[in-house]
Amino acid sequence: MFITRKAEFSASHVCRVDSLSEQENFEIYGEEAHAAGHGHNYVLEVTLEGDPDPVTGMVMDLKVLKEVLEREIIQPMDHRFLNFEVPPFDKVVPTTGNLAHEIWRRLEAELCGPHFRLSKIRLFEGPDLYVDVTGKAAA
Amino acid sequence: MTSLIRRYRFCASHRLHSESLSEAENHRVFGKCNNPYGHGHDYVLDVSVEGELNATTGLIVRLSDLDRLVKTEVLAAFAYRNLNQDVAEFTELVPTTENVALVIAARLRQCWAEHFPYSSARLSRISMQETERNSFEVVISNTAQTAPIAAQKLNESVTVNA
Repeated sequence: MFITRKAEFSASHVCRVDSLSEQENFEIYGEEAHAAGHGHNYVLEVTLEGDPDPVTGMVMDLKVLKEVLEREIIQPMDHRFLNFEVPPFDKVVPTTGNLAHEIWRRLEAELCGPHFRLSKIRLFEGPDLYVDVTGKAAA
Repeated sequence: MTSLIRRYRFCASHRLHSESLSEAENHRVFGKCNNPYGHGHDYVLDVSVEGELNATTGLIVRLSDLDRLVKTEVLAAFAYRNLNQDVAEFTELVPTTENVALVIAARLRQCWAEHFPYSSARLSRISMQETERNSFEVVISNTAQTAPIAAQKLNESVTVNA
């Protein structure tokens, strides 16, 4: 079965590649390329797949899941400028896809137990754009 | 596996009515949706693009290219229109949201390659909400990509959450 926990964080970012011209950056990223950056209210949905523990009846203790999300994602990313403050986005463009992959990397080892594993990350950049990451392809 | 999903919104009117059914049968099958004057919805359309993140740009496809495709092939033809009268596919096909989703999938796939010549990303899913209480999902299998459009219906699965 699947269980999903939602978390929110707000952060600023800019999407541009230094080696490309101003015009190329705007052709690729549109308004997201404005040099000084802008922000989003990100919404993260983390889905685990597993079986309820025979004693506790839980796939994973949601208190622990909440703590992992707080420690690995919310504390380092909430109210930060991703490009300046959250590696690897000093070197990698913090598109929604790259950010979803980084969140997967940070959570995969933490959300793996005898009865469950990380199944899906859904990251909303806003109400009309989101990225799904599933399975091993996130590596 | 990574998918980028872009959400679009459009409003349109329609009437659920089949010429192959009698008046009484139409009324029984479609109920209020068979009202001869039609009625409308604010549709929410999710278009899923599955593929690799480009190592340099961090994008599967450029959003502006996806927006242009959906605007040209879908929104320009569907938004603020009567689907039965204004959209050619529904001259005979009943514009249930199941069929609207399948028609949108076919339209996007038809023009896909010319909009994304730089990417191997594929259309993997169309999801539509007719209202907040009804959603319809067309999942397009990997093998369906190379088959002719008409044959692809066989490879699509439609999930209805009502």
